[in-house]
Amino acid sequence: MSFLTNIINGISLGSVYAIIALGYTMVYGIAKMLNFAHGDIIMVGAYAVFLITSALGFNPLVTVLIAMFLCTFLGITIERIAYKPLRNAGSPLAVLITAIGVSYLLQNLALILFGADAKVFKSVISLPPVKLFGGQITITGETLVTIILCIIIMTALTIFVGKTKAGQAMLAVSEDKGAASLMGINVNATIALTFAIGSALAAVAGVLLCSSYPSLTPYTGSMPGIKAFVAAVFGGIGSIPGAFIGGIILGILETLAKAYISTQLSDAIVFAALIIVLLVKPTGILGKKIMEKV
Amino acid sequence: MAKEMLSVNNLSISFGGLRAVDEFNLTINEGELYGLIGPNGAGKTTVFNLLTGVYKPDVGIIKLDGKDITGQPTIAINKEGIARTFQNIRLFSDMSVLDNVKVGLHNRFEYSTLSAVLRLPKYFKVEKEMNEKAMELLKVFDLDKEADLKASQLPYGKQRKLEIARALATDPKLLLLDEPAAGMNPNETKELMETISFIRKNFNLTILLIEHDMKLVSGICERLTVLNFGRVLCEGPTSEVLNNPEVITAYLGE
Repeated sequence: MSFLTNIINGISLGSVYAIIALGYTMVYGIAKMLNFAHGDIIMVGAYAVFLITSALGFNPLVTVLIAMFLCTFLGITIERIAYKPLRNAGSPLAVLITAIGVSYLLQNLALILFGADAKVFKSVISLPPVKLFGGQITITGETLVTIILCIIIMTALTIFVGKTKAGQAMLAVSEDKGAASLMGINVNATIALTFAIGSALAAVAGVLLCSSYPSLTPYTGSMPGIKAFVAAVFGGIGSIPGAFIGGIILGILETLAKAYISTQLSDAIVFAALIIVLLVKPTGILGKKIMEKV
Repeated sequence: MAKEMLSVNNLSISFGGLRAVDEFNLTINEGELYGLIGPNGAGKTTVFNLLTGVYKPDVGIIKLDGKDITGQPTIAINKEGIARTFQNIRLFSDMSVLDNVKVGLHNRFEYSTLSAVLRLPKYFKVEKEMNEKAMELLKVFDLDKEADLKASQLPYGKQRKLEIARALATDPKLLLLDEPAAGMNPNETKELMETISFIRKNFNLTILLIEHDMKLVSGICERLTVLNFGRVLCEGPTSEVLNNPEVITAYLGE
């Protein structure tokens, strides 16, 4: 039974990775850049919820909505100020390095504003635990809400991208910015929208993460951010279902490694798995094969 | 005197030391089918890129239907009514044939994202209208049966047609076709000529096309401009231009 508990916890952790990975993968798919500051948006979202809850004591749902709004605003602002001017720079490295810079900027700002000591994050989820098999398995409310939210977000995003005008514009921009803009698609607005969605999701991920693991520091977002990036690459970067599958697999793998092998080695095992997947299938599980005409 | 749809005055652009387009002038009347020809590297596609806002000209004025559109961004120029196809096909190859056309329809139909998320009746109504309009366009090009295929699954000739359908979806006044017959066999070219004549009549279009296929050019273009090394070599009615000794020299060498 403890194996099943581990799997469920793994799916829950994986769901958080998946939600973060969605932001990575959408931004990569559409703006063709790796936004390494994405993980730190999670941290900003979590701090926002922490501060609003402790200072104002709003209803949790309202608090989370405010955090999402703040992160959306932050994401769009970062894109506008730091990334957009570099979009047509000769080397894609310029924007990548800028993203790393933004990441450190956010971490250090948080360090100055909130200090280095860990804050105890009070879970916003007040669902009672669910007991299965006559109490042999206990699923916490946080785990349940995380998994359900992840499925809802995945479904909503898939419908949004596949069936709406804005989603079609995103697909068009992701394939060919130039042709899309010549067909009347506003490329800048489409990319901004992508950052907005990714950042709002990062806020949700931050809240879910800190509700399950209640210690909040300025570096809270960085490791989950990197792991979510791994999940996105694992599943095939640029692919929405890929991010979901990659996230879940990664979460389960990490939890099982912690439970049965070694807590210290779990991260090493996760990254080793990435290397193996990439050796066998360089584009990730659902990644597209890129054929180059010679 | 016919109305001027496009008037280009003294248009120039340099890339580094190369004058790619040099003091280019062009006037096309409403409803005209006009050809832009010239040897490879003469600057024809650069002219298209200038007209659609991909490049900003160093000097010169571009007027569409009497309105100055010089230096406008591509989206604005598309909204003013210029649409184009590409020399090397640039379809959204992973999207379906229908969705490619629907991207072209993007600015002609409105519903809020909220109504899409909440799946309000408005969303379904507008989506249905878009689908119908897109299918209508696909029928013109005999692509309606392939609507659900990925664009990349279409045979080459049909991809060229789909590009024209997608451009038409943006409701242009002026359609720019960049080598529409490139890579087509004589039968496909003949069919394409009929389609171009058909859409010009039925969509009230003015058409400017770049083409190397002289059978197509002499078959459907009313007037031509010949470009050589970025400069206008000569212009005039098709038969006159094609018999001009200077043009023959530019194409075939001394």
